[in-house]
Amino acid sequence: MRNYFWLIPLFPLLGFILNGGFGLWQVARTGNRPAKPFVYCVACGSILLSLLLSLSCFIALLQLDPHDRVWEFELFRWIHGPALQTVTGDLANFHVSWGFQLDPLSVVMILVVTGVGFLIHVYSIGYMADEEEGFYRFFAYMNLFMFMMLTLVLANNYLLMFVGWEGVGLCSYLLIGYYIDKKSAGDAAKKAFVVNRIGDFAFIIGMLMIFTYFGSLDFTEVFEGVEEMFPTPETLWGPLCWIALLLFIGAAGKSAQIPLFVWLPDAMEGPTPVSALIHAATMVTAGVYMVARSSAIYSRAPDVLFIVAVVGICTALLAASIAMFQNDIKRVLAYSTVSQLGYMFAALGVGAAAAGIFHLMTHAFFKALLFLGSGSVIAALHHEQDMRKMGGLKKYLPRTWWTMGIATLAIAGVPGLAGFFSKDEILWRSFSNPEGHLVFWLVGVLVAGMTAFYMMRMMFLTFHGEERLSPEVASHVHESPSVMTVPLVILAVGSVFVGYLGLPAWLGLGPNVFEQFLEPAFETSYHGAGESVHAAHSTEILLTLVSVAVAGLGIYLAYQFFLKHKEKAARLRERFSGLHSIIYNKYYVDEAYDFLFVSGGTGWGRFFGAKNWGRFLSAFDNNVVDGAVNNSASMTKFVAWVSGLVDIHFVDRMVNLVAETFEFFSTVLRKIQTGLVQRYALFFVIGIILVISFYLYMGV
Amino acid sequence: MVDITHYLVLSTIVFSIGVVGVLTRRNVIIILMSIELMLNSVNLNLVAFSDRLQDPSGQVFAVFVITVAAAEAAVGLGIIIALFRNKATVNVDEIDLMRG
Repeated sequence: MRNYFWLIPLFPLLGFILNGGFGLWQVARTGNRPAKPFVYCVACGSILLSLLLSLSCFIALLQLDPHDRVWEFELFRWIHGPALQTVTGDLANFHVSWGFQLDPLSVVMILVVTGVGFLIHVYSIGYMADEEEGFYRFFAYMNLFMFMMLTLVLANNYLLMFVGWEGVGLCSYLLIGYYIDKKSAGDAAKKAFVVNRIGDFAFIIGMLMIFTYFGSLDFTEVFEGVEEMFPTPETLWGPLCWIALLLFIGAAGKSAQIPLFVWLPDAMEGPTPVSALIHAATMVTAGVYMVARSSAIYSRAPDVLFIVAVVGICTALLAASIAMFQNDIKRVLAYSTVSQLGYMFAALGVGAAAAGIFHLMTHAFFKALLFLGSGSVIAALHHEQDMRKMGGLKKYLPRTWWTMGIATLAIAGVPGLAGFFSKDEILWRSFSNPEGHLVFWLVGVLVAGMTAFYMMRMMFLTFHGEERLSPEVASHVHESPSVMTVPLVILAVGSVFVGYLGLPAWLGLGPNVFEQFLEPAFETSYHGAGESVHAAHSTEILLTLVSVAVAGLGIYLAYQFFLKHKEKAARLRERFSGLHSIIYNKYYVDEAYDFLFVSGGTGWGRFFGAKNWGRFLSAFDNNVVDGAVNNSASMTKFVAWVSGLVDIHFVDRMVNLVAETFEFFSTVLRKIQTGLVQRYALFFVIGIILVISFYLYMGV
Repeated sequence: MVDITHYLVLSTIVFSIGVVGVLTRRNVIIILMSIELMLNSVNLNLVAFSDRLQDPSGQVFAVFVITVAAAEAAVGLGIIIALFRNKATVNVDEIDLMRG
């Protein structure tokens, strides 16, 4: 296995080449699109191969000693850079290899990515069945996405990770804008791309700083360097904090955290399987993975950890509050995703990376299930996404209903389901870890209650209560085919049982297996600062009970407002209409960004507005930058002209002068050279006579 | 009594005839003969001084000059023949191959 795990990302790449390349070729050659069965067999088959290989790698890894569970494989040396000087004064070669690394952290990621990814691919066969033009394009992009995502999580250095990072961003762009004839889809794709770019910019600077400080981009070498240079955490804000902060900005862009979360809800313009795969289960968790991977850096930058925790918990709160008032079923789930990602960052921020990754895994299952379920609903209702026009769908879509119900209970934190274990692990850590704080726990519990509330609201509005379908839609409602519902069922099973991989210690069944498994991946992080508060298990149980109670309260309130006494909700909305409209409009964040950075109106907008900035920058570009370039060109031209004059009139003149001098004398002297012997003899005689007469005259 | 002055006058006359011959005659063979005259005037001079100074080395010189003159005449005639074969003339006016 050890030498073959690099094949895992390769299969989707082959799928992409086959589907995309063959599809394009066939369309160009015959005008026909490739046959659908061929397309989906290639797409799903390649992911299945990756999944099987991932599983066997996982099993092989399990059989090793926990500390040997790191495999590295260098496919080829990618960049042969020059030797550069690092901050410490050493020379370091800028060498980057196309190398993969498999350790407990990345094996969890590849299992989630290939497992959930495979199910979503299968589901897509049914969901995209009506697509004609874009069928092969869709699956080609999906496979490319899988390739990039697997590269991201398997990379053994930051730069290759960044390749995957950008690659998934590209695929996200392509798939959000999949419906190419819809302007809103194109706009959303652009928005996602541009917002991500802000984060990526910080990521690149962070990477460059890593290289200048540690002389490498390979994870192992960087983390060893960190351990060596920073044996204790950086108490004053310094280079390590900057690196951590910059990487976190990159993660915030990719994982939709404040202030860069605005793109994710708009990304729902893409087909629903895309939302499930990219914008819920895998790509958006790349930021979490990256921060967890860099925990050697983060654990030594406590100030940044605090920022991560605050941003995470604030995002969780903000997104959950927005999700409570959305009417579009996919937007509820989108904000829910943002909120759950906030949870994961909060976990990372309190130094509980393993808990964050655990939540990432469970979340991938139930959130993918929720999205796919919503896709099933949307498909059944002919692309109706407004929950106000649903209701009472339970009897039409029984399978969708119960699978989504399980996912809802799981995300709401009902004991025994996946979300319960992972969420409570995070809440407990945010309370007990040295970096944690009671406030984090309180907000976390509040968010848990809100999550339960808005998820149940979504369920009630969609599946229960009176039917609000328009008559022509109602006559066509049907349960989705089994190619779509079977993945739902499998994911539902996962949503129930995946939590049991990480049973908390207070159950008395031994320590947390999942965290134990992940431990080697966090070996290089800082462990010194006191063990977590060894509170009694009773405290943990008490806190868990509180959070379950709050979640129950959320469910109860949702039941009251949206099923039993709908007028209560309306009355409440009336009373707090101001607050409601603020939250309903998503706190006007989009409008604020638009005002500040995009369109530009008055005041600040005029100053910071992108249009004006754009105009200013373009004027700067035209006049100063281009001017400088053109000036240097004309300057060169002038100098060349002067130099040319000197050359022609001075240097060449000198050369010609020499030649002309010789020519002049030769025209004179050649006359003597008659070739007649007697003339020469005459000169002799004259010469001799002159010489003799000279001597005679001198009187010698 | 014939003294050194007569010899010298004779030799000067002969030499001058030779010089004039070399400078004025067109036929290469005559030029060659004029050169011969000049050489012989020199020989006359050498022998005259040898007798006057009672030193035989002048006569030795004269013998050398005669020898060299013979060789020179041979070479000169050879060149003239070669020239004649190429140019079909022995007229120095018409031979200006080295004209610049």
